[in-house]
Amino acid sequence: MNTAPGVYEGAASVIAALMLLVEFGMLRQALVRDQVRLYAAQSALLSVLAVVIAAGRDLPGLYALAALSAALKVAAVPLVLRRLLGVPADRDAPGVAGSYTLSPASAVLAGIGLAAFGFFAFGAFHLSGPAAPALALAIAGAMVFVAFGLMIVRRDVASQAVGFFTLENAISLAALVVAAGLPLIFETAFLFDLLVAVVVFGMLIRAHHARAESLSTADLTRLRG
Amino acid sequence: MIAVVLAILAVPLAAGLACLAVPGRAAAAVTVVSGTASFALVLALVPEAARGNLSYLSGYVTADAVSVVFLLATGFLYAAVAVYSAGYLRRHDARYARRFHAGFNAFAWAMLTAPLMGSLALLWIAVEVTTVISALLVAIEDTDGAAEAAWKYVLIASAGLGLALLATVFAYYAGAQVLGEHYSLAVQPLIQAGPRLPGTPVRLAFLLAVLGYGTKAGLFPVHTWLPDAHSEAPAPVSALLSGSLLAVSFYAILRFYQVAAASLGSGFPRDALLASGVASLLLASLCVFGQRDVKRLLAYSSIEHMGILAIGVSFGAPAALAGVLLHVMAHAAAKGSAFMGAGVFTVKYGTKRMAAVRGGLALLPWSGPLFLLAIFALSAVPPSGIFRSEFQIVSGGLRGGSYAAAAVLVVLVTLAFSGLAAPATGMLLTPPPGTGTAAARQQAPAGRAEAGSAAVAVRARARAHQPLARGEPSAWMVVPVLAGLAVLVLLGVHPPGELTDLITRGAAQLGAP
Repeated sequence: MNTAPGVYEGAASVIAALMLLVEFGMLRQALVRDQVRLYAAQSALLSVLAVVIAAGRDLPGLYALAALSAALKVAAVPLVLRRLLGVPADRDAPGVAGSYTLSPASAVLAGIGLAAFGFFAFGAFHLSGPAAPALALAIAGAMVFVAFGLMIVRRDVASQAVGFFTLENAISLAALVVAAGLPLIFETAFLFDLLVAVVVFGMLIRAHHARAESLSTADLTRLRG
Repeated sequence: MIAVVLAILAVPLAAGLACLAVPGRAAAAVTVVSGTASFALVLALVPEAARGNLSYLSGYVTADAVSVVFLLATGFLYAAVAVYSAGYLRRHDARYARRFHAGFNAFAWAMLTAPLMGSLALLWIAVEVTTVISALLVAIEDTDGAAEAAWKYVLIASAGLGLALLATVFAYYAGAQVLGEHYSLAVQPLIQAGPRLPGTPVRLAFLLAVLGYGTKAGLFPVHTWLPDAHSEAPAPVSALLSGSLLAVSFYAILRFYQVAAASLGSGFPRDALLASGVASLLLASLCVFGQRDVKRLLAYSSIEHMGILAIGVSFGAPAALAGVLLHVMAHAAAKGSAFMGAGVFTVKYGTKRMAAVRGGLALLPWSGPLFLLAIFALSAVPPSGIFRSEFQIVSGGLRGGSYAAAAVLVVLVTLAFSGLAAPATGMLLTPPPGTGTAAARQQAPAGRAEAGSAAVAVRARARAHQPLARGEPSAWMVVPVLAGLAVLVLLGVHPPGELTDLITRGAAQLGAP
């Protein structure tokens, strides 16, 4: 007989679900500035979840991970992205609105389909760790597929990069569920590796923008066959 | 031996940092010294690794027979391409040369580091570092094609590595059920705990690793970045990408294979690799036909050879596994030589378009024949090391009862041979172009896509109105190709005894489950 989740499991699942909803917001969002803000919000939720798990399951290492994750993903990565894109806080980069390969409504519908597939596929594995409920892993699976969807349905380099960073958040969520005990040294290395990747993505975005005078990837069709 | 291992981890990184601070020519010298020293250090590991596993720093740094085989491939190519680059970069300014050498050494450092990592987590980090550095090297020419290729590469490869990270997370989860929550994801304990690991996360981890690391290894259906990046990168970078980077990514798959085979038995992982390998080989064997760009042609050949490696592992027989390890080294030498040879043609003719390259044998007295030999070596013509390795793989498959897969491998490799050899011989054996009127001259401005800088473009346009003189662009660009072919003959005719011991031990480690 199924039992209702406790406060801890419920809180963890709700935070994971909020992360998925934020990802849908990115799928729908037309401005780079707002996509980066949503990414920061999603990363903040991830840090909150790490704190909840640290408190609920007595894993003090996760406090440090949450702080580091917040410093990098909530503050540093959005800042670096803005700098490299050359976007002031009150303005947006050109060439992103209208970069959908599907209409916004169709993109969201496709996202719902992908999320459902990921949710049930990962849920079917019945994997759960001591740190977080199995439902959170299923939501992480949904986020992985939606992140791939975001990279596919948007034809601009900024959204595709944000899609990749979101994919990393989804994997971090999965890691919190099934690998919360992973040594902190590795988690730290993963985070700094992400920061390096952000810088390289940013440099390539900047080079693309300087060359094409747009963030659109619609003209990246020279190499075929 | 710990000093040797630490030196391998330190020398290329120090060289990369030094290149940022010294003039262009000094950076080339630093790179040659670092490449040669690194290869010598890797050679020093061979006898020890052939006798037993080396483990340092609480198991975070390890070297066994399998990892040293991959180190040999990277070490040789690092040294050879470092020498080649000294000639290749003579046409570029000092700032470009400094940036190139710094990135080149850092790239080699990451690729030498990956096989030495004893933990799946550290291995992932090293492979990710190879991606971010090599993406910048792909983009370094600052052309439309290079920018497009670099973006596709970094996005697709990073997404693939995201899946590889997920594979690492599931591997950790599986190991934690047996080894406890706080273990370091070290490979050897995971293999030893194999029979007690839960099946579902191991199966999931292996499939995600094949898909994730397979993206970087160029396995079908996640190979799409590879032809673009290989064709648009500078020739020395293409040589390292193809001969070394793909192998390093395949090495990561092999580590997951070992864990999966120890846990699930070899049936499931072999079937997955067989499907992936045959699909990759089929795709590459068909796509080599109709290619117009010589480096794109070689890129599809790389997909072919990664498919051969996957099929070889799927056979599981000791002979096939030994063939796989030999193939890693032979492919590095052959593909490195072929890309370096292609780079000579690009510099000479100012274009990568094969239709515009004529009379290679007449105009390039050394590089022409050497390129042809490299293509034949790649196509497994004896006495190339690739002939020996593919022979071992096929014989291992037949001994293991995989008759259909072995037959498919032979047919598709033969098909790829014709797709490679026909355009290559066309470049070399057709008469050289006339004075300033042939297609090659008309195509010369296209050389900007390869050569990059404005100064080179100007020279390419100037050459469009002049007949090409017989001669090599630089002796520095000939010697490494010659060395690569010599290594191929050595591997094909009589591999040194210690190398044979190393391969035998590595094959035993891979086939242990």
